[in-house]
Amino acid sequence: MAVATRRTQGLTDKQLHYCPGCTHGIIHRLVAEAIEELGVLEKTVGVCPVGCAVFAYEYFNCDMIEAAHGRAPAVATGVKRVLPESVVFTYQGDGDLAAIGTAETVHVASRGEKITTVFVNNAVYGMTGGQMAPTTLLGQKTTTTPFGRQADVAGFPLRVAELVATIEGAAYITRVAVNTPKNILRAKKAILKAFNVQIQGLGFSLVEVLSTCPTNWGLSPPEALRWLKEKMIPAYPLGEFKAPEGGV
Amino acid sequence: MEKVLMKGNEAFGEGAVRAGCRHFFGYPITPQSELPHYLARRLPEVGGVYLQAESEVAAINMVYGAAAAGARVMTSSSSPGISLMQEGISYIACAELPCVVVNIMRGGPGLGNIAASQADYFQAVKGGGHGDYRLPVLAPASVQEVIDLVVTAFDLADKYRNPVMVVGDGILGQMMEPVKLGPPPEVTTPPKPWATTGTLGRKSRNIINSLYIEPEELEKVNLRLQSKYRRMEEEEKRWEEYHATDAEVVIVAFGMVARIAKAVVDKMRKAGIPVGLIRPVTLYPFPDQPLVAGSSGPVKAFLVAEMNAGQMLEDVRLALCGRRPVHFYGRTGGMLTSVAEVEGKVREIWEGLK
Amino acid sequence: MTQVFFDTERCKGCELCVTVCPKKIIKLSAGEINSFGFHPAVLTDGEKCTGCKFCFLICPDTAVTVIKEEGGNGKSTDEGQ
Ligand SMILES: Cc1ncc(C[n+]2csc(CCOP(=O)(O)OP(=O)(O)O)c2C)c(N)n1
Ligand code: SF4
Ligand code: SF4
Ligand code: SF4
Ligand SMILES: [Mg+2]
Repeated sequence: MAVATRRTQGLTDKQLHYCPGCTHGIIHRLVAEAIEELGVLEKTVGVCPVGCAVFAYEYFNCDMIEAAHGRAPAVATGVKRVLPESVVFTYQGDGDLAAIGTAETVHVASRGEKITTVFVNNAVYGMTGGQMAPTTLLGQKTTTTPFGRQADVAGFPLRVAELVATIEGAAYITRVAVNTPKNILRAKKAILKAFNVQIQGLGFSLVEVLSTCPTNWGLSPPEALRWLKEKMIPAYPLGEFKAPEGGV
Repeated sequence: MEKVLMKGNEAFGEGAVRAGCRHFFGYPITPQSELPHYLARRLPEVGGVYLQAESEVAAINMVYGAAAAGARVMTSSSSPGISLMQEGISYIACAELPCVVVNIMRGGPGLGNIAASQADYFQAVKGGGHGDYRLPVLAPASVQEVIDLVVTAFDLADKYRNPVMVVGDGILGQMMEPVKLGPPPEVTTPPKPWATTGTLGRKSRNIINSLYIEPEELEKVNLRLQSKYRRMEEEEKRWEEYHATDAEVVIVAFGMVARIAKAVVDKMRKAGIPVGLIRPVTLYPFPDQPLVAGSSGPVKAFLVAEMNAGQMLEDVRLALCGRRPVHFYGRTGGMLTSVAEVEGKVREIWEGLK
Repeated sequence: MTQVFFDTERCKGCELCVTVCPKKIIKLSAGEINSFGFHPAVLTDGEKCTGCKFCFLICPDTAVTVIKEEGGNGKSTDEGQ
C-alpha cells in the first residue's frame, strides 16, 4: 500500500474556518505544498491579509505575520530586507491587494522585491459581507451594487495580473484558476514557479488565482465553480503575462 | 573628547547608527529631509539598508516587517506623515514590536506649514492611533541630546517591545551644534526569540499578530499592555531641572521652548526674580514628580510654555491637581515663542503674586 | 486496487468531490452528520475508483486521502505533474 496523496507538512492540523466549498482552502494547500516541496518551510515567513484569509497564520506551518488591511507587501518588504536569505510570501484578497493596498502592490513590484504574492481574486469582499471589490464583474450583484455593477457609477473591473505585468521589476506574473483538477494542477505549477523565481532572486512574482465565494455569490459550491468558469475566466483570461526569459 | 559640528537632523541619523540600527524606511517631507539624506549615505557604509517607501503608510508597515524580523529599525517623518503612520503604530504597539519613530513636528493642522511647532503633543503622548496604547515619547533640546536620546529610544524600544517616538521641530533639525561623539556605545540588543525569522533551529512557529477575536483574550492582551505602561511610568520618567528648587515661578517647557525658557530664567535671576525651569525629557511617561515636589516648596505658580494651544498644559494640570495656579503661554501655526514674550508672561505672573 | 478515505470530521459536505469524480462514485452521506453538522462525503462503489485523485485535488479541506496498492489497477491520471 502506498499513500498516493499526503497531507502536506506545510499546513498545520488546524481545521480551516472557510465556508464549505470555498476555494481559499485549495489555494492554501497548493501554497503549503509548494513551500514544502521546495524544502524552504523552515526559512519561510508568510504575511496574511485582512480578509477571509486573516487567520491564515493559524494554517501555514511556518513563521507568520498578520498585516494591516492592504499592507502585506510593505510588511513583507521589511522582512525580506532584514532577512534576504528567507523566503517571504504574502497571501491577499482582491480588496486587500487591489483596492486599499494598490499602492503597496504596484511599488513592491516596481522595486522588484524578491517576494511572492498569492492573490486570491474572488470578485467580492468575502469577509465583510459581499460588497463590491475592484474585481467585481460588470453587472455582478453584490451587497453594495444591488442592481449589478455599472461602469458609469462604480467603474470597471481591475485586471491585476495584466497591470502588474507592465512593471519592470515584476519577474513572473500569471493568472490561474482552481475550478477543475486540471486547473488546480496548473495553479500548483505556477505557485511553484513563483517561489522559484523568488529563490533564484529574479524579482517580484505574483500568482493571481481565480477563486470562489459561494457564500456571497449566493451559489452552491458546485454552482460557484461553474460561475467561475463561465463568468470569471472570460473576463480574467488565464495564462502567463510575464515570465523570466529562459525559464526558471 | 573631540567635538564635531553636526546638524540636528543628521544627529538623529547618526544616533540611530550608533544604536546599531541598520534599517530605515521613510518618505520625504520637510522639515526632516536631512535625516533620510544622511542615512541614505550613511547606512550603506555600515552594511545597512535605506529604503524610500511609496508613502508613510508603506514606510511604517515596512518598519513593522523589519521589527518582526528582529531588526533595530527606524522611520522618520513630520506631522502629516506621522498622521498617516498612526494605523501602523497602533498595530506595532499591539503586536509588541520595538521600533523608533522620529517626528520633526511642523505647523498644523492640515497641510499647515513647515515652521517649527509642538502641536503634535497630544498625538504623540495620548496614543495617536486607535485603541488603548501608549509609547514612550522623548523630547531632546540640543543636538547632543538628540544623539544620546536616539540611542536611549532604541534601548527602551527593545526593553519594552514597544514603539518609541522621538519628537523635535524644524529648528532643532536645522541647528548646527558641537557634539561629543566618543566611541560608539556598546550595543546590547536583547535576544528576540519571538522574531519571525523562519522556524529553523526552533521547535515552534512564531506569529506576529494583533488580532484577538475573543474579547476575553483581547482584554488579557490589553491588561498586559497596561501593566507594561505602568512599569514605564515607574521606571522611565526623565526630566531636567534648572534653578527649580528655590524658584517661586517655575516654567514648564520641552524641546526648543525649554531653551528659550532657560534664557528667560537667566534673565529673571539677574533681575532678582526667582524663576526656574522644569523640562520634561520624556513627554510620556510624563514626569509629574518634580512638579508635585515643587508644589510643596517655595513655588507659587507654574507657567507652561509651548508652541501649541496648550497641550502639555493638560498633563501639568493633571499632575498638580489644583495645588498651584498654572498659567499658559503658547504660539501656534509655526510661530516661535520668543524670550521677550515668555519674559513678559513671567513678569505678569510675578507681579500678580505680590 | 485504490482506496479513498474521507476524514469525516474535516469534511464540510461541499460536494466539490462529488462533482468532479469522473466515475460518479462519491455522494454525501444522508444519514451521517459530523460534529460540525455537515453530511460527510462517502464512496458508493469503491471498485470503480481509478485513483485519479480528482477528489483530493478539489477538496478545500484536505479531507480526502487516496491510497493505491502497488501494482494494483490504479491508473494514474497525474497529467501535468
Ligand atoms: C483599514 C481597514 N479598512 C477596512 C477594513 C474592513 N475589511 C476587512 S476585510 C475587507 C475586505 C476583504 O476583501 P478581500 O480582500 O477581497 O478578501 P476576501 O475576504 O474576499 O478573501 C475589509 C474592507 C479593515 N479591516 N481595515
Ligand atoms: S465568505 Fe466567501 S471567501 Fe470568505 S470563507 Fe466564505 S466563501 Fe470563502
Ligand atoms: S480517485 Fe478519482 S475515481 Fe476515485 S473516488 Fe476520487 S475522483 Fe473518484
Ligand atoms: S470536497 Fe472535501 S469537504 Fe467537500 S464534500 Fe468532498 S471531502 Fe467533503
Ligand atoms: Mg475578495
